[in-house]
Amino acid sequence: MPINHDQLIDMVDKIPTFQESVHRILALTTSPDCSAKDLVQVIEHDPILTIKVLKLVNSAYFGLSQEVTSVNHSVVYVGINTIKNVAISVATTGALPKSNKAGLNMNRFWEHSLAVGVIAKLLAENKGVGKNEQANYFVAGLLHDIGKVLFAHFIPTEYQEVLTKHDAAKTPLHQAEKELLGFDHSEIGAMVAEKWQLPPDLINSIKNHHGAEAQDQHPLSLAIYAANQTAHYLELIKQASEDNDTDALDAAAKIDDGLPAPVKAWLGWPLSDVSKWLSNLDEEVDKALAFIDLSDGD
Amino acid sequence: MIISLRGVRGSIPVPGKDTVKYGGNTTCIDITTDEGDKIIIDGGSGIRQLGNELMKQLPVSCSIFITHTHWDHIQGLPFFLPLFVPGNNIDIYGSFDPVYMKDLKTILAQQMEYCYFPVRESELNANISYNNLKEGEAIKVGSATVTPLLINHPVLNFGYKVESNGKSFFFTGDYEPPLNIYSPEDEGYEEYQRLIEQQKQILTDFIQGVDVVVADCQYTREEYLTKKGWGHGTHDSCIEMARAANIGTLYFTHHDPTRTDQELDEIYRDVMSQQGLPPTQFHIAMEDTKIEL
Repeated sequence: MPINHDQLIDMVDKIPTFQESVHRILALTTSPDCSAKDLVQVIEHDPILTIKVLKLVNSAYFGLSQEVTSVNHSVVYVGINTIKNVAISVATTGALPKSNKAGLNMNRFWEHSLAVGVIAKLLAENKGVGKNEQANYFVAGLLHDIGKVLFAHFIPTEYQEVLTKHDAAKTPLHQAEKELLGFDHSEIGAMVAEKWQLPPDLINSIKNHHGAEAQDQHPLSLAIYAANQTAHYLELIKQASEDNDTDALDAAAKIDDGLPAPVKAWLGWPLSDVSKWLSNLDEEVDKALAFIDLSDGD
Repeated sequence: MIISLRGVRGSIPVPGKDTVKYGGNTTCIDITTDEGDKIIIDGGSGIRQLGNELMKQLPVSCSIFITHTHWDHIQGLPFFLPLFVPGNNIDIYGSFDPVYMKDLKTILAQQMEYCYFPVRESELNANISYNNLKEGEAIKVGSATVTPLLINHPVLNFGYKVESNGKSFFFTGDYEPPLNIYSPEDEGYEEYQRLIEQQKQILTDFIQGVDVVVADCQYTREEYLTKKGWGHGTHDSCIEMARAANIGTLYFTHHDPTRTDQELDEIYRDVMSQQGLPPTQFHIAMEDTKIEL
């Protein structure tokens, strides 16, 4: 049942590349006065992205009466704001498999990933991280669990057992993975990020999102750890209030108490306080989710 | 047909002593065909008074076409009384929002969520149909045909052409002629300019010879210098549109909320005194103007 390192590398190899253009789009679109010309150039220099944008604009969603034949044409026709939103959606979600046979609920996966991305970005904002760098916080949050998708896609039978063990024995997922597969999703996730040539800090934040005990960590790693735990905390609090579930409440308190010291120090307040200024999180996540549905057309 | 301008203001209603002459309500145009069919374009605050008048003769049957769902084009809908009365038949048309993946019904229902408004969409008692339009899809309303064309604004915006018994009318909704994103020395400049001209030609062909156009003219030439990309037209852009498409009469609308009656008159005088205007008749859109075709 455990997988070997070669199998791990093989899975990573099969994942398509995550283009440089994606970073550039995310960096560009983080700035409110993003130049239309630059955005068009980034899309145009990436044939796959170009095809995806054109496919979407020409799809039934838009229902245009003329066929759009170039990125410039699409901007003239439906406007730069629309193309900007379409590009972000296609860029961030286009590289991943859409379904799996292991029973990993992809909607929940994305909801959680987006929540972590949004929270990480908000935390970065709050901690005074520069605008340009904030995109990395969002991407790191979005991708932190990417390893789960690889497992579920490439070794569905084994991963189903992992998911079952996690559900039945309440073993944390990364521990169940380690026990049954020998590797956990943060390790393979970091390998994918490496293959995609993401910045080293971002790779580390994926690698460390279940282990931030070490000192001298980059704020990105601390933010992703904190954002991930915040998302879990909020889910438990929601469950507790909806089902009057005191176990969930205890579990939430345990997450809050169990934050590693460096994360606690970086955050500066307990999770119960963080959650208070995230009241419109659901809305932000819903908005981002719409992008994912939108790019489901290939 | 008779076209009534029920709201000519952009962005937000501005009642008050400075807007008494041209009116403070946001966008709404009401069209009655020779056969008595009712077509309404946009549900800005001007639709409220129209609804009150329609209530005098029940049941109400009408078709409402939404150019786009920015607030100043939908904010009057929750106050359009015919929506509340059983037996009224109201067909609402507009674009699906492909970026937010929301249809018209969802967007309008969200506007009426309980935290914003005391009556929910599901409590509206008229027979209401919501129809997501595709560009170029012609809709028959009695003897009239209404056809949407997508024209440039930060969100998808339909301009609507209404044709009936040989007469024609066009409303731009919010429209800014597309701008070249390249500088003249850039490689992509000419190609982009060609695409812009092509897109403008589509609009020109679509409205060629239309009897009356009501067009977005929120800014003056000077104001536009700092408002590029905000999605609104100028007197210059309206005049060019009228010239290219041989428009009989054009009304400048979507007045900026800061504009006083006096300013509107002064700006109009300046614009009309310039040389080389096309033979189109130009007017400032004024609330409650009735245009008979």
